[in-house]
Amino acid sequence: MIAKIHIIFKDGVLDPQGKAVHNTLKNLGYNEVSEIQMGKYLELKLDGVSREEAENRVAEMCEKLFANTVIESYRFTLETAE
Amino acid sequence: MKCGVVVFPGSNCDHDCFHILKHVFKLDTEWIWHKGDVDLSQFDLIVLPGGYSYGDYLRAGAIAQFSSIMKEVVRFANSGRMVLGICNGFQVLLEAGLLPGALIQNHTQKFICKTVTVRVENIFTPFSSEYIKKTVLAIPIAHHQGSYFIGPDGLSKLIDNQLVVFRYCGPEGEVTDLYNPNGSVDNIAGIVSENKNVMGLMPHPERCADPAWSNLDGQLIFKSAIKSLESGALL
Repeated sequence: MIAKIHIIFKDGVLDPQGKAVHNTLKNLGYNEVSEIQMGKYLELKLDGVSREEAENRVAEMCEKLFANTVIESYRFTLETAE
Repeated sequence: MKCGVVVFPGSNCDHDCFHILKHVFKLDTEWIWHKGDVDLSQFDLIVLPGGYSYGDYLRAGAIAQFSSIMKEVVRFANSGRMVLGICNGFQVLLEAGLLPGALIQNHTQKFICKTVTVRVENIFTPFSSEYIKKTVLAIPIAHHQGSYFIGPDGLSKLIDNQLVVFRYCGPEGEVTDLYNPNGSVDNIAGIVSENKNVMGLMPHPERCADPAWSNLDGQLIFKSAIKSLESGALL
């Protein structure tokens, strides 16, 4: 199973990288973009766990290590490995 | 009195801290390697130094919080003993949950390395008791992830309980956006825990505490800590 995890800043937390990239995009003429949120993406390969177990354990990993929930939120999907 | 300086892979201000404690204040000071089960009960003050523990991978302090020594440091802190986290040490204390809030990238997007002015906001802590309130100190900062963040509720709690010890300010003590080098919420540069036995700050007092140098503005942080320990009472 593959867990695909996205981590981004919560609303109200300044994202200076996103801001800088957004400014560049505006300079390039992409004015339709109103906001950019930069974050982290992780892919985990999981072995020997059920979907339900994986759901719980990946959430736990996000809470404990991958995200700092003071400033970041996370979401993930589980996909069957091919 | 015995002090310990924790060394993580990537710590790089550990020698400065060790030097100030051991050679300037003549205290019994030991290195504490991050691995292994060190009994911290023999120590009175633990310092988490600046640097880039574990390369700042994931987030500054994110990996260090789970190193084996941190379990002991958390236990040490929760038993009311004194812990000082400077720069990366502050980041580790926040990640470990010993202090509230988080440190994010500077709003300028740049690594900032310069001497800034900070105002002493609370002298009723074991780390600042030797200062005079509202004194303006010149202390170096050197960080990329030094912008202190805390939500509105957390900020009110910090302010109501007088847990903010240092704020970035102007030369006359003006706490304004103009003198906020990194975008920290409410210009916060350093805070203490509710029990006041754990302090974290981004500025580097160990870089201005040796009489061989011209700036001694950071010295009273160490003097305050020593005095508190000598008197045997946390303020």
